[in-house]
Amino acid sequence: MNVKTFKEYKELGISPDILFWVGCAGSYDDRAKKITKSLINLFNKSGISFGVLGVEESCSGDPAKRAGNEFLFQMQALSNIEVLNSYQVKKIVTACPHCFNTIKNEYPELGGIYEVVHHSQLIDQLINDGKLKIKDDQFNGKKITFHDPCYLGRANGEYYAPRKVIKALRADLKEMKSCKEKAMCCGAGGAQMFKDSEKGNKEINIKRTEEAIETKSNIIAAACPFCNTMLTDGIKSHENHKEVQVKDISELIDKVTD
Amino acid sequence: MQFLSSLLFAIIFFSASFFFANNCKKIYRNINLGGSLDRFGNKKERFLKMSRLAFGQSKMLDKPIVGLLHLIVYVAFILINIELLEIVLDGFTGKHRVLAPFLGAFYNFLIGFFEVLALLVIISVLIFWIRRNILKIKRFVSKDLTGWPKNDADYILFIELLLMMLFLNMNATDSILQNASYSDLYQSYGYFPVSQFLIPIYDGFSLETIYIIERTSWWMHILGILFFLNYLYYSKHLHILLAFPNTYFSNLDKKGKSNNLKSVYHEIKLMIDPSYKIPNDELQNDTKFGASDIFDLNWFQLLSAYTCTECGRCSNDCPATQTGKLLSPRKIMMKTRDRIEDVSRNVDKNKIFVSDGKTLLNDYISKEEIWACTTCNACVESCPIGIDPLSIILDMRRYMVMEESTASNEIHTMMSNIENNGAPWPFNKFDRINWRN
Ligand code: SF4
Ligand code: SF4
Repeated sequence: MNVKTFKEYKELGISPDILFWVGCAGSYDDRAKKITKSLINLFNKSGISFGVLGVEESCSGDPAKRAGNEFLFQMQALSNIEVLNSYQVKKIVTACPHCFNTIKNEYPELGGIYEVVHHSQLIDQLINDGKLKIKDDQFNGKKITFHDPCYLGRANGEYYAPRKVIKALRADLKEMKSCKEKAMCCGAGGAQMFKDSEKGNKEINIKRTEEAIETKSNIIAAACPFCNTMLTDGIKSHENHKEVQVKDISELIDKVTD
Repeated sequence: MQFLSSLLFAIIFFSASFFFANNCKKIYRNINLGGSLDRFGNKKERFLKMSRLAFGQSKMLDKPIVGLLHLIVYVAFILINIELLEIVLDGFTGKHRVLAPFLGAFYNFLIGFFEVLALLVIISVLIFWIRRNILKIKRFVSKDLTGWPKNDADYILFIELLLMMLFLNMNATDSILQNASYSDLYQSYGYFPVSQFLIPIYDGFSLETIYIIERTSWWMHILGILFFLNYLYYSKHLHILLAFPNTYFSNLDKKGKSNNLKSVYHEIKLMIDPSYKIPNDELQNDTKFGASDIFDLNWFQLLSAYTCTECGRCSNDCPATQTGKLLSPRKIMMKTRDRIEDVSRNVDKNKIFVSDGKTLLNDYISKEEIWACTTCNACVESCPIGIDPLSIILDMRRYMVMEESTASNEIHTMMSNIENNGAPWPFNKFDRINWRN
């Protein structure tokens, strides 16, 4: 992969414009690593100057904070901020809405002030600026539904950037019965990803996947590695709909640009 | 006779006002059982938000039909209260329709307009009743609403219906007395586009009987209103007053932003640097992290508990409630209010709060509920009056994790992984960039 860390760049005397915050899922989870790679492909294709933190990156602290461990969260935040500030980072992009939300909204009070964008916003901008050119029509007219991540949508009010990206594929965007402000959660947030759910009559991800299947789409577009896992698991448990694919928007754009 | 009636009116009016003022004081006292929170800046933005949500009811119109009906009841409620001014003046002075001579033709217009509003309220209230009791809309038949909350909702609809019918009946009998020039008091005042249709009911009644019916309706109407005013304290209907301060003081930040606990910040700084000085105004003797009872919540959260209308929009959109989990954000707000009211009775009795061995967490809200939340903010988004049930849930998690260490093993494992490996999973932190190879 054509990607360097800020440390490596520093040794070369270069300071990249944008830091790509990979996040824990993007670094370790096999499915999410593919999203990381697609996004790096897109950065390279568009020729922007970016780097990663590599082993100097650590969990943003979001799962700890949402689980109620404010100590651990602030410890993580303060040490991340120290690293980020030491490289004088100005702008951060991330494919994880949880990292995005925490760094954007909760780090500033702790001394970490950056321009933070979600990858859907940056991709949308790169397409607009003509830095990413869609060359392939494989998604032309294909039915794609989009699942709003809670921490991008409701938490930060961004509903349109990912939709504009999907429209740029010339795909047929099918909305689920609950979407945008009213979109149902995939079930992973608030540290639920790391625990069994409480007793109920259904798993949240199964219910959300049913809403996605009702749109009769071929592809469920996600914009969060955790949503991606939850929806992929949801599809696996629906015997008759195994053909439906769950893809991150960066993977879709990666397929049609060069 | 006239004097006695004025005196009686004055006694009733002042006692009702006294009780009401007393209840208001209690609510104020109880809200201040909560901790501090700075929600006083950005006055202009706050005012605009209040105008949009409380006056404009913008979120209510997400569901256009109910939203419109609710708007009718609300606007009518406010406007008809102008008529109340005259009723009170009449009550004190023993006069009848005391404002009519001053307002002239405009008076006729007002009375006519109020009658139309009253009719619209009657229709809306009937539809509301049907939605609750015959159509059984899902959010109204939930297990959150059993006993008092269910009855409360129906009582309110009944009181509103009754008040409007008394108002119209009062006007109908009044106009009969006016036409018959029953006495000096019944001059020809007002215009009665709706209540005139009630007149035939009284065919064949003697004027004396009609006079008694008119007086009875008048008294019942004003007594009903004074009763309603004092009923508010015990009811979800408090929102007709508190929706204004609640929306005014509601969160203006991005919904995703949770507060960073200052107390934790200082403690970490002290750990790193023992000479670190905590700013004087933030020094606390006994810092308790998170919330196990209402005293640990902030005043805005307590205000919200009083404001909650129990409409269930939040729970309707909550993924946990939707999938049959115990958690229901509406219930979080209702239980918080229940606890405030129990504490309030305790304080009334003992002057100060004497421990009753109970806490909001565990005795009112279970841990299972608190752990079922995905922090998705759907409840916050759907609340029409700016309530944030998620903030209470998070404060309770903080207590369980930082004070009690009672989170599940899975949560503990996740946290120790973050602590040791910088990731919620048990991977080596030096492998963090292995994906590059
Ligand atoms: S934030 Fe929690 S309580 Fe509120 S809707 Fe989401 S899961 Fe339910
Ligand atoms: S918190 Fe808001 S949405 Fe939920 S029941 Fe109360 S008023 Fe309705």
